[in-house]
Amino acid sequence: MEKNNHKIGSVLIIGGGIAGIQASLDLANSGYKVYLLENSPAIGGTMAQLDKTFPTNDCAMCIMAPKLVECGRHPNIELLTCSEIEEVSGKPGNFNVRVFKHPRFIDLDKCTGCGECEKVCPIEAVSEFNEGLVERKAVYRPFAQAYPNAFAIDKKQRPPCQQACPAGVHVQGYIALIKEKKYKEAYDLIRENNPFPSVCGRICTHPCEQNCRRGEYDSPVAIKDLKRFIADYVIQHKDEFEGREQACLFPTEPKKEKVAIIGSGPSGLTAGYFLAKMGYRVTVFEELPVPGGMLAVGIPEYRLPKDILDYEIKAIEKAGVEIRTNTCVDSIGRLKQEGYDAIYIATGAHIGVKPDIPGCDGIGVVDAVDFLRSVNLGKKVELGKKVAVVGGGNTAIDAARTAKRMGCEVTLLYRRTKVEMPAEDREVENALEEGVDTIFLVNPSEIVCENGRVKCIKCTKMKLGELDASGRRRPVPIEGSDFLIERDALIYAITQKPNISFISGNKNIEVTRWGTIKANKKTFETDESGIFAGGDVESGPATVIEAIATGRKTAISIDRYIRGEDLKEGRELEIDELPPKQFPEFVERKERQIILTLAVEERIKNFEEVDLGFTEEMAVEEAKRCLECGLCSECMECVRVCEADAVSHSMVGEHLNIDVGSIILAPGLDKFDPSMKYEFGYKKYPNVVTSIQFERILAPSGPYQGHILRPSDSKEPKRIAWIQCVGSRDEESNSTYCSSVCCMYAIKEAIITQEHVKDIESSIFFMDIRAYGKDFDKYYERAEQEYGVRFIRSRVGKIEEVEDSNNLLVYYTTEDGKQLADEFDLVVLSVGLKPSQKIADLSDKLGIRLNAHEFFRTSVFSPLQTTLPGIFVCGPASGPKDIPETVMEASGAVASAAELLSDVRGTEVIEKVYPPERDVNDEPPRIGVFVCHCGINIAGVVDVPQVVAYAKTLLDVVNVEDNLFTCAQDTIERMKQVIEEHNLNRVVVASCSPRTHEPLFQETLRESGLNSYLFEMANIRDQCSWVHMNEPEEATRKSKELVRMAVTKARLLESLPKIELPVIQKALVIGGGLAGMVSAFSIARQGFEVTLVEREQELGGNLRNLYYTTQGDDVQEYLNSLIEKVENHPRIKVYKGANIENIEGYIGNYKTSITTNHESRITNNELEHGIVIVSTGAEESKPKEYLYGEDARVITQLELGKRLVEAEKILEIKGKKPVSQIQKLKSVVMIQCVGSRDDEHPYCSRVCCQEAVKNALKLEELNPEVSIYILHRDVRTYGFFEKYYQKARDDGIIFIRYEKDEKPIVSRLSDFGELSRAVIGDRLSSKTKNQKPI
Amino acid sequence: MNKDFKPKIIVFCCNWCSYAGADLAGVSRLQMKPYFRVIRTMCSGRVDPEFVLNAFTKGADGVMIAGCHPGDCHYINGNYKTRRRYLLLKQMIAQLGINPQRLRLEWISASEATKFQQTINNFIDEITKLGPQSQYPYGEV
Repeated sequence: MEKNNHKIGSVLIIGGGIAGIQASLDLANSGYKVYLLENSPAIGGTMAQLDKTFPTNDCAMCIMAPKLVECGRHPNIELLTCSEIEEVSGKPGNFNVRVFKHPRFIDLDKCTGCGECEKVCPIEAVSEFNEGLVERKAVYRPFAQAYPNAFAIDKKQRPPCQQACPAGVHVQGYIALIKEKKYKEAYDLIRENNPFPSVCGRICTHPCEQNCRRGEYDSPVAIKDLKRFIADYVIQHKDEFEGREQACLFPTEPKKEKVAIIGSGPSGLTAGYFLAKMGYRVTVFEELPVPGGMLAVGIPEYRLPKDILDYEIKAIEKAGVEIRTNTCVDSIGRLKQEGYDAIYIATGAHIGVKPDIPGCDGIGVVDAVDFLRSVNLGKKVELGKKVAVVGGGNTAIDAARTAKRMGCEVTLLYRRTKVEMPAEDREVENALEEGVDTIFLVNPSEIVCENGRVKCIKCTKMKLGELDASGRRRPVPIEGSDFLIERDALIYAITQKPNISFISGNKNIEVTRWGTIKANKKTFETDESGIFAGGDVESGPATVIEAIATGRKTAISIDRYIRGEDLKEGRELEIDELPPKQFPEFVERKERQIILTLAVEERIKNFEEVDLGFTEEMAVEEAKRCLECGLCSECMECVRVCEADAVSHSMVGEHLNIDVGSIILAPGLDKFDPSMKYEFGYKKYPNVVTSIQFERILAPSGPYQGHILRPSDSKEPKRIAWIQCVGSRDEESNSTYCSSVCCMYAIKEAIITQEHVKDIESSIFFMDIRAYGKDFDKYYERAEQEYGVRFIRSRVGKIEEVEDSNNLLVYYTTEDGKQLADEFDLVVLSVGLKPSQKIADLSDKLGIRLNAHEFFRTSVFSPLQTTLPGIFVCGPASGPKDIPETVMEASGAVASAAELLSDVRGTEVIEKVYPPERDVNDEPPRIGVFVCHCGINIAGVVDVPQVVAYAKTLLDVVNVEDNLFTCAQDTIERMKQVIEEHNLNRVVVASCSPRTHEPLFQETLRESGLNSYLFEMANIRDQCSWVHMNEPEEATRKSKELVRMAVTKARLLESLPKIELPVIQKALVIGGGLAGMVSAFSIARQGFEVTLVEREQELGGNLRNLYYTTQGDDVQEYLNSLIEKVENHPRIKVYKGANIENIEGYIGNYKTSITTNHESRITNNELEHGIVIVSTGAEESKPKEYLYGEDARVITQLELGKRLVEAEKILEIKGKKPVSQIQKLKSVVMIQCVGSRDDEHPYCSRVCCQEAVKNALKLEELNPEVSIYILHRDVRTYGFFEKYYQKARDDGIIFIRYEKDEKPIVSRLSDFGELSRAVIGDRLSSKTKNQKPI
Repeated sequence: MNKDFKPKIIVFCCNWCSYAGADLAGVSRLQMKPYFRVIRTMCSGRVDPEFVLNAFTKGADGVMIAGCHPGDCHYINGNYKTRRRYLLLKQMIAQLGINPQRLRLEWISASEATKFQQTINNFIDEITKLGPQSQYPYGEV
């Protein structure tokens, strides 16, 4: 129990988006070990998908990339990608978390991110990162700057075709390779499981096709024919492929052990082939003069030509298998004496079974196996003219068609109907075409012989009765229905059985009652150890593919047996059974290709092969029909090309147990899927895209390399429309809240669009513009005024495509009710933020409660605390929010976790150790220059290759490279390599600003054993390409000169040692309002001393004037408890009535003097501290308009709030009688944006709309009779506040909009406090009693 | 005035304010004439008068020093020193035969991207009007 009580100084962060990354960095930098868990193969989240961030238009990736790298390289951050939570137990300070790490199929330690695997991968999948605008491969890296900078293989469940194949052949893989025209590779891939591609391409019963999902749409993929095509192609081009050895999954070093195999049928030879591949010395004993077993003597040549079979048997011999024909093994014991370490009995079932009926021993009664063998071995067989064949299986058909080719009239007798025939349909059809007669529902009951020869066959008619064990209806003889048919011969093709006389002396090997050898069904070992049996001799007559499968499995068993390993362990297919891939929504109907065959009249003349196979064109077309159910097809091409040997398709998932003190949830968001809003035509019209797709269109790393093109024709659109609130503020799509970010990102996208292409016309269809954040309103105004973005206040009803042009008609209703339609080339749906699916999953697994909108539930006063102590949430997982707020919350969640774990800070971390610094002072300068493209940020303007060429000419420069993104993880790694390779002692990077990126590159130098000051940057982006966008030549010249300057400076650089300064671990917080108190309390709880300075005599700030929140929480109660906690905390020193006189010093070491004025006693205090938090707050602006201060009826919202609370108290005391002034009010007008969004204060104050709604609702509650009007410019009840706006409107509060230049006018109509008047343009111009503008 | 004249202008920017302002101008995509080269120093006070004289003697047509606003210096009083040096330098270059208009001192903060843009464009225009600095007409730098 002791162990469970102690706290653990590590934290698990779930979700690798910007929130998770920020939280990880903050925590790891403050002494905690971090586990950062991410479902996908790379961290980055939604922010990595964005082109720019608002309102600064910063390149999102440029902010992200260094953080990804820092996060990935941090010694105290352990990344768990492709992982998910299974279970969490424990309590705050000590949680135990069970994590499942899905197989990545790529070894992270080995993968260099070179991308060779991606080049050869034949499978395409939808690129999630590019929002489906383009495809990615099944082996992929989500985006170029991804961290870890390694690929991953996207593998779903084992495809159904492969599951159905007894030998587990990688069907989807070789089909994918055919599509790529890689036939030899496809052939080799089949041979990983099956050394008989040609044989199986002809005579396999193809259970794969029965299972093929394509069959559920039109017809299954012609898998067998494709296999045959590959085999034929390879045989035809064998000279070309000579010497190209196939990859082999087995080790190949030669071994001394010998294996004997009895029988050279498909099973025996397969086992021999794989054992030889493993290095064993294999001898196959064959009684017949030819090798191949049933393949050679059971299958007629018109189905399987001898030369084809020979080719594959030769290949097996070439692999090292010795085949001794005409060699009969009569004793197992003898083989053992001869020194064979293991023996495989695969003698097949070559004895035909004849029924015991009268006349069955007459001349002319033969069994099919004997018959076919004789024909195949070239023996003369006399049948006579008219022949009957009894049976319905493939052997019967083979016998019938063979007899036909010998010139006989052939009748097939079968006791059931055609439907029940076990023979392949195509075979039956072929037989019928060739003129084989059939009589169904008959059974011979007697063979009438004359002179010992067959003369007539007496048949009994049958009828179908009950179902039997095989699921078919049992044939029942019909009494008295016998009839005679005249025939010269009768071939029985009913069943076969093995000949096992050679083991009769061996008592250890058990024989079943069907005359087969008993062996274990997984290992194929008989009761005698070291002796194995498989194929028909073990299973009874079965298919060739089953025999092959057994052979391969036995080979593995024998290998294990010889090496003394357990035969059974792990023999089941080891693969995660992931949920089955969803069927594609739409599959274009396309029937399978039909194989070419010989004309009937040609066929029956001889034993020429009937099937001619596919042409190359047909094969490729057919291969394209594959639905790629497993995604990764296991074609093994990636394995072949990976120089680093990083690919492992047999990788399995891993369960991890980690102990952490706290958990931070940052699973992020999902984007609303607008396809359910069918009226907008998303997915139906190609030029309707989502806003996140448009981000990818804008992004230089996106599908169009940053050129604005529309999907239908890749042409530049001239008119683009943004439709706001798609999946936000919308009951229909079950998202009644406001997504908070869409207005701003739409404005951003419109601005960036204008920056890309000047003459694009941008229109934004919106209800309210909610530009409530810092500098948001300015951004909105700039969009309208500088960039000419058209803002249309309206509701969009539907979107229709214009025929031919793929343009779109947007139908909308304006504010004043006009119905209009405009035509656009491209429509962007500003989709809302939905709670991520991961939230529901985590909620289930952790038992954390969600709110009404299915985001994590938090409260107003502890917005980062989930419903479980010790588990915190940040970012959009608790409600829609933008990037800055997300990052702030991440740091806040870190503070909360650090409060919990302050006493175990530093217990789980390790120090980063750098290699010793190389002394380069005596070396002549050797400078390496890295010139960055920054996607198109630099390369779009500056001629980067020219700069590179120029840099090469500079003195002391020994190496110059250009990089797409120099800050990306792969380039950083490359930089280290280059430093080592070229023995560099100075590095110059020509890219962006040293203010953002210098530390990253300096760290890289340090990791390469160079002093970090041997580095110089040339700022060719922020201060060149971005500010000289229209002068590419001059910008190139400038870049060259900046590089020359940097190189010149680099030549003079010297190593500088770093010194450490002590930091005073104390904080000063200025301002004792809510923010100041919370900060002070958190810092104190994290174990540091804090001084809190408040100018007023009391703590609380603005909070003292608030009584309840919109959500209904009691503010004063919270305030009092917070003040008490802050004032009584031993590590917090509070100065009230205090003023800061002076702050001096520098980061880590400040000295501040404070004067306090407490009850007229002035005292001076000096204090030292390392950091300062400024939280001096803001105050309600006191209006100079609308008669404020002149008429007592004009008050502010804060003042109203106070009166409402007072009125409520009076109500509580005096019951329901309307006694307070509030309850006497008849009508109230609230005027919004007083002192906001005007020329003096060009920003939105972001709280007034909620405040108005809050007070209006309260007023309504206290005085249901009152008429309330809210005069606004936009109602900015963002996030979950939308609910209260909705409620206010439902409650009859009237919202009236006014324009900035048509402000309401408030005038006094009577001095007796009876009348005032508000005029808002021409919309509302009425006299109302007691209007109270606020 | 020679229309093809492309002045060579050196701008010394302090790391904390003016260089950040120049970066912000870039982030804001504020377009400027491309005839200036920024040299980053940690403080405008780091700009030794010799740097300026060197620039002129090597053929610069104009030199601008840009630093934090008075009172905002990240090294407390570096920019005051710059101001004193600047006034002396103005007199000195005049004596050397260089039009003192070719040297400027500007206070540009990290958030004044527009000011950076306007100041640069304005200075470039002014120097263009003055024409090449002929006292020390060294060839291409």
